[in-house]
Amino acid sequence: MSAHSNHTHIEVIPADKNKILKIWKVAGILAFITAIEFAFAFGLDHTWKYTKIVIFISLTVVKAFYIVSEFMHLGHEKKALVYSVILPLMFLVWGITAFLMESDAIFIAISEWYK
Amino acid sequence: MAHSAVIDEKQDLWGGGVAPMGASYGKLMMGFFLVSDAFTFSGRLIAYGYDRFKHQANEIVGYIPSVDKWPIPEKVYNAFPFMGHADMPLVFVGLMTFILILSSVTMVLAVEAGQRMDKAAVEKWMLWTVLGGIMFLGCQAWEWTHFIHGTSHGMDINGDGIGDIFGANLVVNEYGPPAFADFFFFITGFHGTHVLSGVILNIIIFYNVATGLYQQRGHYEMVEKVGLYWHFVDLVWVFVFTFFYLV
Repeated sequence: MSAHSNHTHIEVIPADKNKILKIWKVAGILAFITAIEFAFAFGLDHTWKYTKIVIFISLTVVKAFYIVSEFMHLGHEKKALVYSVILPLMFLVWGITAFLMESDAIFIAISEWYK
Repeated sequence: MAHSAVIDEKQDLWGGGVAPMGASYGKLMMGFFLVSDAFTFSGRLIAYGYDRFKHQANEIVGYIPSVDKWPIPEKVYNAFPFMGHADMPLVFVGLMTFILILSSVTMVLAVEAGQRMDKAAVEKWMLWTVLGGIMFLGCQAWEWTHFIHGTSHGMDINGDGIGDIFGANLVVNEYGPPAFADFFFFITGFHGTHVLSGVILNIIIFYNVATGLYQQRGHYEMVEKVGLYWHFVDLVWVFVFTFFYLV
């Protein structure tokens, strides 16, 4: 390593209590959301199937938001960086729609065939 | 800030030596790598949804595993280590989720300590992160072993009340259509490979922190870059957990 620096002794900056508290707060939110998911998984029976699916997917998006925005620090980056990460992922919306519509059509076609 | 000052600053941008997006080259490239990796994982999860939608869903009332019907996750993943045949749906995956979220938190704390040049604290939190990763991998090893060996009753395919298929492999499984186990192995396996490489990277980073390399370099940016990767692994698990185990 050619990194020969002038730092013979480096000052350790004392921890910012609020910053640490905020990290644990986000961790608490993530754990709490997972606990809510479990509550819905066993609190609602199978007649609520589609309600449950909607709840699970929305809560997953909320969890993903906290991880990406706070843990991965993307929420505090420049707008150009945020959009260059988020916008390409928008293609997935159509990807999911197209593939699931097609496989549902296949399912219906097979069911009709064997009727 | 005065208007002219803004213009001056913008002109300074063209002088070189400025990161256009306010992030270093390494962090930016790690970000773009993770975007591409997100597409890979999405491809796998969408393929799972595609195949699942092609099959009829199994009924939860009077649940019987069938080769034609797509299984219900909470009827498949209901075992817990040392609990025998107790029906504990999703409890074990829930535990795995908590372990991975916690190891993500310790990683954030390691990054935070690195920004303060606190070598001892970075070492401590990196060790916790490595430990969390290894615990997760251990859980996954158990999960796979249980999935491959299967249950004692197996799947009855000819209706004589005796099990014919036990456990799972890439060709056949006792839980549902063959593709179900294939997706299980490929999606959780691909995620597990990411966790494994993350643990190895974390160990390398821990070693470099311990030998004082980053202290000498004057910054702990490597911890942040590997941290991004580690959070991504946690992020993917959140989606795998929902689409593979919950819905």
